[in-house]
This record gives sequence, structure tokens and C-alpha cells, in this order.
Amino acid sequence: MSENKPKQENLPRIGFYVCHCGSNISSMVDVAAVQKYAAGLPGVVVSRDYKYMCSDPGQEMIAKDIKEHKLERLVVSACSPNLHEETFRKAAARGGLNPFYFQMVNIREHVAWVHTDKKAATEKAMQLVSAAIARVAFHQALDKKRVPVDPNVMVVGGGIAGIHAALTLANAGKKVTLVEREATIGGHMALFDKTFPTLDCAACILTPKMSAVKAHPNITLWTYSEVEKVEGYVGNYKVTVKRKPRYVKEDLCVGCMECIDACVFKEAKFADKFNQGLGKRKPVYIDFPQATPKVVLIDKDTCLHFKTGKCKQSCATACDRKAFDFNQKEETKELQVGAIVLATGFKAFDPARSPQYGYGRYPGVYTALEIERLVNASGPTSGEITLRDGKHPKAVGIIHCVGSRDAKTNKWCSRVCCMYSLKLAHLIKEHSGAEVYNFYIDMRAPGKAYEEFYDKLLGEGVHFIRGRVDEVTDWAMTPDEEGKLVLRVEDTLAGFVRRIPVDMVVLSTGLEPQADAQEVRRRFNIGCGTEGFFQERHPKLAPVNTFTDGIYIAGACQAPRDIPDTVAQAGAAAAEALALIDAGFVELEPNTSHVIEDECCGCKSCVPLCPYSAITFDEVKKKAVINEVLCKGCGVCAAACPSGSIVQNLFDDDEIFSEIRGILK
Amino acid sequence: MPDKPKVAFYWCASCGGCEEAVVDLAEDILKVVEAVDIVLWPVAMDFKKADVEARPDKSIVAGFINGAIRTSEQEEWVRMLRRKCQVVVSFGACANSGGIPALANQFQKESILKYVYEDCPGMDNPGKTRPQPESKDEGRTLTLPEFRGMVRSLDQVIEVDYYLPGCPPTPKIIMAAVQALLSGKLPPKGTVLSPDIALCEECKRKDSKPADLALTEFKRPHQIQIDPEKCLLAQGLVCMGPATRGGCEALCPAGNMACTGCFGPTSRVKDQGAKFVSSVFSNIAPKEEKEIDAVLDGIPDPIGTFYRYGLSKCLLRRKLQ
Repeated sequence: MSENKPKQENLPRIGFYVCHCGSNISSMVDVAAVQKYAAGLPGVVVSRDYKYMCSDPGQEMIAKDIKEHKLERLVVSACSPNLHEETFRKAAARGGLNPFYFQMVNIREHVAWVHTDKKAATEKAMQLVSAAIARVAFHQALDKKRVPVDPNVMVVGGGIAGIHAALTLANAGKKVTLVEREATIGGHMALFDKTFPTLDCAACILTPKMSAVKAHPNITLWTYSEVEKVEGYVGNYKVTVKRKPRYVKEDLCVGCMECIDACVFKEAKFADKFNQGLGKRKPVYIDFPQATPKVVLIDKDTCLHFKTGKCKQSCATACDRKAFDFNQKEETKELQVGAIVLATGFKAFDPARSPQYGYGRYPGVYTALEIERLVNASGPTSGEITLRDGKHPKAVGIIHCVGSRDAKTNKWCSRVCCMYSLKLAHLIKEHSGAEVYNFYIDMRAPGKAYEEFYDKLLGEGVHFIRGRVDEVTDWAMTPDEEGKLVLRVEDTLAGFVRRIPVDMVVLSTGLEPQADAQEVRRRFNIGCGTEGFFQERHPKLAPVNTFTDGIYIAGACQAPRDIPDTVAQAGAAAAEALALIDAGFVELEPNTSHVIEDECCGCKSCVPLCPYSAITFDEVKKKAVINEVLCKGCGVCAAACPSGSIVQNLFDDDEIFSEIRGILK
Repeated sequence: MPDKPKVAFYWCASCGGCEEAVVDLAEDILKVVEAVDIVLWPVAMDFKKADVEARPDKSIVAGFINGAIRTSEQEEWVRMLRRKCQVVVSFGACANSGGIPALANQFQKESILKYVYEDCPGMDNPGKTRPQPESKDEGRTLTLPEFRGMVRSLDQVIEVDYYLPGCPPTPKIIMAAVQALLSGKLPPKGTVLSPDIALCEECKRKDSKPADLALTEFKRPHQIQIDPEKCLLAQGLVCMGPATRGGCEALCPAGNMACTGCFGPTSRVKDQGAKFVSSVFSNIAPKEEKEIDAVLDGIPDPIGTFYRYGLSKCLLRRKLQ
């Protein structure tokens, strides 16, 4: 029951350093006074201030003092530990001191940058210094643990991001498993006809990469599959994947599509999801001719066999490779991987949430993705722009920012809509000769050759009206408007309200997180921002890393982005995964918790609390056990252990209480 | 015949249960009496303060002091015993951490005196007379011990060498402590003379405690039919076992009562109540504030429940206003 206070004569020899950070700290904190104050604190044998502690001479000074003054502990009062903790730990090590005999005091972000009263700021700095000096005496020598890394990688999502990441990793010689939820890879890009701003054919640049994935000896492609469970930790993940039944054996089917012709349904009569419902498909189908893998599948909901059990199975008969298996079951597979790249993409905004635009009410209103299929040479109309009633539009209105930059729906700019709206305007005009009106709030064209593309459109005679469309209506006010869809908009450049009658309205819907983004983020133990996109570790300096080591993100699952940025990110994510794998091991921060076995009474209080599932209960010894590799050092268990039998390195009671006493002194 | 080692027993703010515990040694007490000379034991033998004062310093081998410290008289006595004894053993929960008397630290001295001498039911004191440390009566000066501002544990007043936990300490740990003292095989100073592992270790119900309590309701003993085999926490009863030092052999759970924490925390815990709260409340199933509050409503007296024996050692020391 005695207080654990080290006795004055037993205090370790402490070296204290305070940094000016140029004038960042010294302009608001009296650095010399802090230096003098620390010199008088118990245990301190060296106290110095220096212009830039992080500089080479600053670090050298520390290493030299450790040797000359036989320092046993080190306290540096400077900037955030996020920035330079590692720097000073290394300096300590160079001087021959265990790097964890070190404590950093942040008097820049926590003091200098947030205060305006120099006297009070200096006092606060002194209190923080006193706390660190009091705690550092209790520090223990610690070692970083090394864990080997499994060299295999899983990529989740087979859009252009996942495809590019998988190919990059596979080309580097890593074994990659690419898991895609749909029956084919290709993602949204496979829906597009052309890409902005170069207008090169999407299929021409995408399908070779899709085939390369299928053919690559280092890539295992699992489509129609979903990740069910992720266990383990950086370098050593165990993943459970659920493979849905296609009722067609993937290794036997060659994609000849004879079965589709032979299906008992002579006409395709079911809505074709790939074509956004604009085309029809049979119960046995393939999304598009270049689908990868080129394997048909059966839609259980429409197939006569599954619905009635009374089908002559003409599809199976037509298959000379005997690929059909109506008894196929869902399969569960397990994977061991060292790193995971998440490239799960986005969901297009549902325009039914903006009812003023009449989507679903007026057949002449389309989403941008529907138009992508209509202008596509391999789409349901072979690239002919026809309305749902078969007529050809003479005038087309494209509304920008549907579900973007809108306080009622999504506040963010979806980044790609301006550019794809320009592209669609060009293609519609090219394919149909119709008059095209673009209704925009601001024209955002900040990419390479994007502004030039906008210029080109201006020269093509496409109309641009600056203003958010108020409503789309079929209520005619003049004979001209009869039978038309009228867009009512305040033209903010002209300064009056206009009514533009058109035959077809295109809604440039924004990009949203996938509907199951929250579930997925929990499954992979990563974070989401407020808008629901996956959270990067740092918006500028770690854009493809997450807060869970070994899990990387690429493409529109992180934020709306276009193809060039997506591909660049996918490459970056692959490079980060390679850096992890090729290092061969990971070093784990030693701020982990451990159970003092003799003292644990086996009450299990800690077991359900660990957010990283690092605690298990040893049923033989009747003690809790912490896997220090899984432990992230959050401290929940140490705080909750009712008998104080869990200790967290660098945060044990002596360290924390002495720190509090140091502050309150 | 050489002198037998001298031993003193003393009581401060206590109920007498600790004295009872010594008597509870039953026939073992004869061994103690045979081995030592008792030089002070107010409950059983007639010694005056002057008798003890007359003894040379450090002439008593061990002083067993129970009860919390509230008055100036208690302070005087324990300071004197500290001088006379080679070893001071803090005996029982009140001496160790304030015990039941320390629950008074929830109230200020003034409000306690006002209630007791003016407001409490049945009080007839129109003159609002209160006892004074010093008063005159027919020319004589009368004195009374002073009532201090708060209840303290023994080690908050004098240096303590060993602690015997419990309300009261069980005969088994008392006997073990006496034997250790007589044999001179003493653990390091400051040790609590009881296993430094929480009670669940020795509780027969331990195996039935689920990993996740997922508590949806707290119950009080009179509200349910208590299952004699199953973990009491799993039945929704506030059992302090996980946050309480073992050594009593789980007497209360064995008698179908939840542990109330009288053995105090393990050596690694500074504040037993806070530790228990942070542990068990983390195991409450609901995650929404309102629903959590509804579960907590099942504990009408949190301080009396979690700090029944330890308010003097609570990090939040006492009520100021």
C-alpha cells in the first residue's frame, strides 16, 4: 500500500533538452526559463536548450551527453511525438541508451501554437516538463518485436483500381488473390463507352488489363465472391471468403454462350442489371462479351429450374463441356495474406432522393450511367440514342451536381461529374445531333487537359447555362413546351429564370460510399470519414494507408475520384503493400499490454473488451492471455482489469501517477 | 523464564467485530496467549493509557490496531503505540482504508454534527447544545476528544508495517500473521498479509463466469432467487470479487452472498471502487447513454456499494461543499 516513489538518491541520471524550433516555440515560450527550471528538477543532471533539436547537431549533442554524463533517461521538449519521437529515440540509441528510456514533451502544438500569453504558456511548458521528468524515471527498457510478413496479398474489388493494384503486385512476383463481388471484374469503367478528356474507348484500354488479370500466373481471380471475415494482424491476416454459386463450373465453361441460345426462354425478358435495366437478359447470362472470367452464370430468381423445378435444362444439354451443376453450393475459402488492398469503389447517387428532377416519374429522365450504356456501341441500343418510347431526342438537358454540393443530400463535390457531363454532352451530340444543354453550378475542370476539353465543348455548340435546375416538369406553359420536359432554372449569368424544353434529361449523379461501406470497414477494422468513405491514415502524407497496418485503400472507396487518380492510387497502394512485404518483417511498437500471469484471477473481465480481439482465455491455466502482436496498445484492458493485473508498457500506473503528480506540483 | 514477546491490541473507530475475530481464533487463541504477553487489549483486559506510556519505546513487539481514525484521542493513542511498538499491524478494513466509518467522508463535519445534534428524528435539543473539546462545569474544566474533519485510515496518521485485510480479518489470516511475527519470517514492510490475487481465483463459482457478462440489469439480493452455483455477477448481482483481494476463501459467495469488497484491492490497484466501476461498467451490454443509465439505476447507492470499505483511500478524498 506504499506509494511507489523513487528515492532522491536512487533517481536515474536524466538529460533534459528544450527546442526553440526556430522561433516556433521560442516566440511564445521562454525557452531559457524552461531550461533553467528543468535543471533544478530531481534527477536532472544535464539541461540544455537548442535552436533545432531535430537537426544533426541537436541529435549529436544528445548522443554525446549520454556518453559523457552517463545519462540514464532522456526528456526532449519540442514538437509533437508524431513528428520526431522516432528521431530522438534513434538519437538515444546512438548514445547507447535504450530508446524507450525517453519521453517527449510537446510544447509546440500543445503550448506555443495554441497560446497568446507568453508567461502563462511558459508556466504550462514547465508543468508538462515536470510531468515528463517525473514519469521518465519509471520507464523500462523495451524492445520492438519483429514478426514475419506473409508475402501474399489480397485485393478486394475488381474495378480499375483493384485490377491495377493486382497486376502491379503480381508483376512484382507476389501471389495475389483478387476478390470481386460481381460475376465479372471491370467495375464501373466497364460500363463506359469513352473516357474523358481524351475520348479514348474505355473497353480498348480496360479489357486488355482484365484479360491480363485472368491470364497472370500470379493472380487467383475469385469473382462472385465476398470477404466474410478478416482475422489476424499486419503481415499475417487470415481471410474467409464466401464464393457464391454460379451453377456453372468455372474451370469447365469457356464462354461459348451456346447455353444462352439454348435457354428455354426464347426471348431475353428479364431486366439486365449490367445495362442499368435498359436491356434484357435470360436467366442464364454473361454480363458482356468481354466479361472476365468469361463464364456464364444462372440467375436463380428467374431460372425456371430453380423457380418450378420443371425445366428441361436445355442450357445444360447444349453445353458440350458439361459445365452446368444445378446443385452447386456456396463455398467458404480461407486465405493467408500479409497485406490487403481495398478497392471497393463507389455507388452512384440514387436520384429518387431528389424528386424534383422527376427520375422514375418521367420516362425521359435518365441517370448518367444509363446514358453511358445508351451511348455505348456494345450497349442495349448499340450506341443509338433512343428514348424509352423509341423516339430520338431533339434536345437534351444535362443537370450537373445531382446528389453533390447539395445540403439536402450530399455536401461534397463528386469531382468527376463536370467532366463526364462534358463527355456525355459530346457523345450525345455526336451520336444524335440533338441540341445539348448543360446546367452547372461551377465548371470544375482541374485535371490535366480537362480545361482544354471544356474549351473544345464550348466550340462544339453545346449550350452551358450556369444555375442549379429548380425542377423538371411536364407542365407546359406555352405550345412549344407541349409534350416536352421543361427544365426551370435561374440562369445566374443572364440574371433571369429560364424554362428550357427538352426531350431527354440526363442526371449527372454524384458518387457515394458503397451501401455496405460501414459493414466492410468494420470487417477490415478500418475507419470511415463522416461522409462514409474509407478513412486514410493522413489526408496528405498517407493517402492510401489506413489506421490498420497492412490494409491499404485505393480509388473511389476513399473519396470520389476519376480514372487517372484511381489508377495512381492503386499503384501507390500496391507499392505500400510491396514495401511491407519486401521488408520481410514488421516491427511492433512495444506499448502493448500484458497479463501478469501469477496475479490474474481469471475473471475474464478484459476478454470481451479488446477491440482487436487480442485477448483470449486459457481454459487450462484459467488466465487471460494477450497476444502482443495483435495488441495495439489502446489500454482498455489495463484500465478495466479489476485487480490491476494487466500492465501496459509505457503506461503503467507508476508512470501515469508520477506524471499527474509532476503536473500538479 | 525469559520474557515472552509483548503484544498490544487497540481499537479506534470500529464496531468491535475485529475484537470478535481475535476471539474467533477459538482454541488457537490459547497458543497465542501462551506465546505472548498481552500488554493492552481494551475489550478484554484492564490497562490504562498510563500503563502503556510507562513502557520503554519499542518494547512491544507488535501492536494490532483496528478501526479508522476520526478523533484526536485516536490520533494520540496510535501515535503513542507507534512509539512503543516495533511493528504496527493495521488490523481490518477500517484501519486499512477507512471502512464503514469512512462513508461519513461523503458529508462535511458541520452537516454531520448538525444532523446528529439538531435535525435527526427524536432529537430534543432546543439550546442546540453540542459537545465541545473544552467546557466549564462548576469551575472544573472538562475536555472531550476533538471530532476531526474527515475519517482517515491508520496509515494516513502513522507509519504502518503490515496490513491484515477484512471486515473482519478471518481467523486463518490472523493466525498466519501471528505465526509470521513470532517466527520472525516477515515479508517486506508495507505488505498486506493476504494473497495478492483477486477473489475469483478462490471462488467456487469462477468457472460459471461468462467471458462477456453483457449486463442488462443490476439486481439486489432480495430481488432474486440466487442460484447457489452460478457466478453472482452473471446473475446481475454486484459482486466485488474481481476487484477484491483474496484470502477469505470466498466466504460470502460460498454463503450465497455477493462479495462486498472488504479485503480491499490488490497491491496493484490504488482505488478499488474506481477500478471495479471501470471494469464492470465496461461489461454493460447497452451502448446508448439512455439505456446505460437505465442499467445503472439498478445501483441506488454507488458510493456505499463500490467504496463500502475504502472511501478513505478513494482518489477523490472527500466532499468539500
